[in-house]
Amino acid sequence: MGSNMAECHPVAFRWPVKAKLNGARLIHIDPRFTRTSALADLHVPIRAGSDIAFLGGLINYILNSPRWNSDPFFKEYVANYTNAATIINPDFKDTEDQEGVFSGLVQFSEPPFWPYNGLLGRYDNASWQYQRGPKGAGPATKDLVARRAGPPFDDLVRSLRPGPAEKDPTLQNPRCVLQLLKRHYSRYTPEMVERVCGSPREKFVQVAEALLANSGRERTSAFAYAVAWTQHTYGVQIISCCALLQLLLGNFGRPGGGIMALRGHAAIQGSTDVPTLYHSIHGYMNAPSALRPHDTLRDYLAAEATPTGYWGNFPKFMVSYLKSMYGAAATPENDFGYDWHPKILGDHSHMAMLAAMAEGKVKGMVVVGQNPATSLNGTATRRALRQLDWLVIKDNWLTETATFWYQAPEVKSGQVRVEDNKTEVFFFPSTQIAEYDGSFTNTQRMLQWHFKAADAPGDCRTDSWFYHNLAKRLKKAYAASTAARDQGWLHTTWDFDPDPGEKPLYPGELSALKVLREINGYQTADPTQHLKGFAELKDDGSTTCASWIYCGCYPAHDQNLTARREPDPPGVPGAHLKWGWAWPANRRVMYNRASADLHGQPWSERKRWIWWDPTFVNPPDPKTGVVPPRGKWVGYDVPDFGATKAPDAKPKPGSIGLDALSGSDAFIMKGDGRGWLFVPNGLVDGPLPTHYEPHESPVQNPLYRQQTSPVHKVWSKGKEWNPLASVGDPKFPYVISTYRLTEHYLAGAMSRWLPWLAELQPELFIEIGKGLAQEKGIRNLDWVVISSPRGHIRAKALVTDRIGVMNVAGKRIHHVGMPWHWGWMGLSTGDVVNDLTSWVGDPNVSIHEGKAFVCNVEKA
Amino acid sequence: MQVSRRDFLRVSAGAGAGTALGGLVGLGATLAPATARAQELRIKDATTTPSICPFCSVGCATLIHTIDGKIVNIEGDPRSPHNEGTLCPKGAAIYQLHLNPNRATKVLHRKPGASDWEVVDLEWAMDRVAELVKKTRDENFLERLPNGKLVNMTPALFALGGATLDNEFNHVCQKFWRGLGVVAIENQARI
Repeated sequence: MGSNMAECHPVAFRWPVKAKLNGARLIHIDPRFTRTSALADLHVPIRAGSDIAFLGGLINYILNSPRWNSDPFFKEYVANYTNAATIINPDFKDTEDQEGVFSGLVQFSEPPFWPYNGLLGRYDNASWQYQRGPKGAGPATKDLVARRAGPPFDDLVRSLRPGPAEKDPTLQNPRCVLQLLKRHYSRYTPEMVERVCGSPREKFVQVAEALLANSGRERTSAFAYAVAWTQHTYGVQIISCCALLQLLLGNFGRPGGGIMALRGHAAIQGSTDVPTLYHSIHGYMNAPSALRPHDTLRDYLAAEATPTGYWGNFPKFMVSYLKSMYGAAATPENDFGYDWHPKILGDHSHMAMLAAMAEGKVKGMVVVGQNPATSLNGTATRRALRQLDWLVIKDNWLTETATFWYQAPEVKSGQVRVEDNKTEVFFFPSTQIAEYDGSFTNTQRMLQWHFKAADAPGDCRTDSWFYHNLAKRLKKAYAASTAARDQGWLHTTWDFDPDPGEKPLYPGELSALKVLREINGYQTADPTQHLKGFAELKDDGSTTCASWIYCGCYPAHDQNLTARREPDPPGVPGAHLKWGWAWPANRRVMYNRASADLHGQPWSERKRWIWWDPTFVNPPDPKTGVVPPRGKWVGYDVPDFGATKAPDAKPKPGSIGLDALSGSDAFIMKGDGRGWLFVPNGLVDGPLPTHYEPHESPVQNPLYRQQTSPVHKVWSKGKEWNPLASVGDPKFPYVISTYRLTEHYLAGAMSRWLPWLAELQPELFIEIGKGLAQEKGIRNLDWVVISSPRGHIRAKALVTDRIGVMNVAGKRIHHVGMPWHWGWMGLSTGDVVNDLTSWVGDPNVSIHEGKAFVCNVEKA
Repeated sequence: MQVSRRDFLRVSAGAGAGTALGGLVGLGATLAPATARAQELRIKDATTTPSICPFCSVGCATLIHTIDGKIVNIEGDPRSPHNEGTLCPKGAAIYQLHLNPNRATKVLHRKPGASDWEVVDLEWAMDRVAELVKKTRDENFLERLPNGKLVNMTPALFALGGATLDNEFNHVCQKFWRGLGVVAIENQARI
C-alpha cells in the first residue's frame, strides 16, 4: 500500500517477486493499476487518501475473526509485547464519544515571534496517558535542575520515573488499550470500507483473510509503503495504523515481517539520521526549542529523556553530541556549551520557511542538490524565492531553481520582469558520485561507502568542499569578535582537513573519513581511539560523538565498516552482516527480540531469527574477572537486546535505562518496553489512527462529523498565493495524485539531462480513465489543461483503464494521476505539475498533501 | 543484424539490462560469447572502483571501470546482496551523469536585476557568499526573544538539500549552519 514499488524501487522489487515465486502472495492496494499491480496476485483499488479507513477495517475484521481469537500465538504476542493490557486515564474521550475528535483539543495561537507553524488546532495529551500508581520517592526533577545536579545525570533521569502503569492481563477492563481500540474501530466494517474507500467488499475481505492466514507462529506478513502514505495531512497516522495492525498480527521484530519504508533518495535515510532537518539534531534527538521547556541543558534533558528503556541513556547521547559541536570549550561548568546551541522558534520546515520567505522574512538561501522551483505550489514557491536578497545553487546541472529568475513560466509570459527581481544569484557546479569518497545510508538503514574513481571537470567541487571552505572563511571573518552572539561559532570545532600524509581529493578538500570519525565518535582525550559502539558513551564529556546511532560504524582508524563488501555464502541463512554497516549496532531487523517467544525460543523453526542459548558460556568480565552466568542471545542477526539478559530477567526496582525493563520487553526504545497499539505521546494528532478526509476532498467525511484532521497544517492561510478548494467544490471535481516513473528521478535534474533517460520517457502526461475521457471528449494523446485553485498546466492525455471512477459515499469520483518530474530545463521539458499542489501538511512532520487533492481537466 | 541506437535503448530498458550490452540479448540475438568478449575488451586493463548508485534509496552497489582516470563503464556489483549485479534504467545511466556535454562546470553569478549570468572565479564567488552569509546573519541575529528566553539563532537564512548527498556532506552542512545559529536546515525528507 502507498507505493508503486515495481516502478519506483525496481531493483528492490525483485525480492517480493522472488518471494512470490517461492509461494508468497503479493497484494497491491492502490488507486491505480500499475507495474506493481501487474505482478501482484491481487490488486485492490482504493480512493486516494482513504488508507486509514481500509487499515482500520482490517483491524476491526481481524479483532473479530475466529482465527485471531482462537490461535494462542496472537494472545501471547499481543499481551506480552504490546501495550494492549495497559489501562488509560479515565478522562480519555475517544472519537466515538466526540464525533471524530479526541479529548484535549484546544485552540492554537501563532506565537508573534514566529507565526509560521500553520497548525489549525492543538491537542493537550494529558488525558491520553496511562493510568498510573503513585510515583516513587526520591529527589524532585525541578530541585535537581535548580541545584545543577550532574554529570552524571542518572539521578535526574531517575527523578523522571513515573508511577507504575496499571494493567489488566486479562485484557477485559473497558479502559485497557485492547478494549479501547475494539470500540474505536467497531464502525470500520467491510461495508463502511467499501463506502469510504470505494474498494469492493469482497476484495477487502480477501485481503483481511490473506493477512490472517499468513500471520502466526509459522508465517509473517510484511507491508511496504512509500510517499503515498506520507504525503497527506494525516500521513504519520496512516503508518501508525499499519503499525497497530502489524502488532496485532505479531508481525514485528520477525523475519519477513514489519513495515518497510521505501525511501526516495540515495541518502534520504542518512540525511534524516544526520539531520539536515530543522526539528532534529543527531540521532533523533529533538532540536532545542523556544516553545518547549528547554531553557538549560538540565531542563532539556528532563524534557527529552525517557527514564526507562534505552532512551534512559539520552544524556550520554546529548553531551557527546555537544562535545562534537564545541570540543574542548564544552565543559561541565558551561553545560557543555548548551547555551551556544541555537533554539528553534517553531516550525522551520520547507513549507513554513517558504511561507516566511513569501512575507520577506528570509533573506539568504543556499540550495544544494535540490530543486524547489518545481516543488510544492510552484508558482508560490518561485514568488517566495524572488523575495530573497541572495540565493546560492550548487548542483551538477542548471536546474529550474538556478534559472527561475529568467526562465520561469511567469517570466516568459511577461507577468514578472527579470530586471524587477533584485536577488543576487550564484551557481556552483558539483561533482558526481564517482568523483569523491563518502557514504550513503539506504532505506534499510545501511551505510555503504563509495570511492573516488575519476577527477571532476572544470570548477566542479564536492558539496562538502563548499561548506568546508565557507566555514574557513567565516572562522576567519569572526576570529576577532568578542560578542557573546559569536562565541558559539568561534567554539564550533572544524577539524576536517586531511591528516598529514593523507592527500586531499581536490585542492582544499576535506577528509570524508575525518568527518565519519566525528560522526562515529572517539575518546575525547585521544581522537585516534574511535568508539566501538554506543555502549561506550558517557555523559561527562569524556566521549565525543556526533551521532550515537552511527557509533560503531568506524570503530578503528583502519576499520571503515561501511566499506565492507563481503556477502554471506549462498545457501547459508544470514543477514549479510559483513556487507556495509546498518544502524543501530549493525542490526538488520529492529526489535528482533520479538522473533522469539517469551522464553526466548523461536516462534517456529521456519521463522527462527535470534534466540536465547541458555548453555552459552560467557567469558569473564575483562575488568573484574567475574564469570557471568551462562546464556546469550544468538542467531542470524545482531540481537536488538541486552546480549546476556535472560528471557525471565525481572526489571530492577527504581532503575533507569534497560535495567528497568524485563527480559521479555522486546521494544527497548519504549519506556514500557512494549509496542504501542495506543500512542499516549509522541504524536500530536491523536493516540489512535482515525479516518479524516484530505484537506481538499470531493466528499464529506462519511465516518465522522469532523471533516479533516482537526490539527493539520495550512501555511499562508487566506493569502492569495495559497488558495484552497472547499469540500465538494464543483469547479475541481476530480481527485488527483502525483507520482514517479522508473526512468526519471524527482524534479528531473538527474534524469532529464541524460540522453538515455530523456529518450526512454520523453514527455509529461496525465493518466485519465476512459469514462472521464469520454465525458470530456478527450482522446489519447490530446492536449489537456489541468487546473487546481493554485494554477493550471498542460499535458498530453494518456487514456487508460489503469485508473478510473470510484463510487464513494454514493458519489461517482474520477481519479487522475500525473508524474511530476518535469520542468523547463533539460533535454526533455514539460510543465511543472507541482504548480497544482498546495501548502497544506501533516502536523507531526510538515509533509505536504501531494497524493490526494482536487483538480479539473479540460480538453485544450 | 542492423540495430539502431533507438532500438537498442528501447530493448535495453525493457530487459532491465544491467550491463551496457545486455539489450542485444533482448533483440533475440544469441550473443553470449560475443557479449563476454566485448565486455572484456571494454574493461580490459581498467581499474575497478566500488561505488553506490546515487538515485533511489535501495543502495545498489556498482563498479566503476576507469582507464587512465577516465570512466569507461559503470555496472552493477554482482556481489551485492541488494542488486546482485542488476541495475534499473536510471542506475544503468549513471555513466551519463559523468560523461555528459550538458554538465555545468563553471561558476556563474547574476548581479541583482541583471538579465544574464556572468562566469566568475570560484574563489571570488566563495568570498562573496561568505560576505553575504555574515552580513545576513549579523543583521538578523536574535540572541533573546522579547520574553528574555535565550535562543541564539537567526530565522533569516535557509539551507535546503541533502537527501541526494553523502552522510558526510549532511554532517558538515548541519554543523556549519547550527554552529552559526541557523536552524532552518531542510532536505527532501518531507516533500
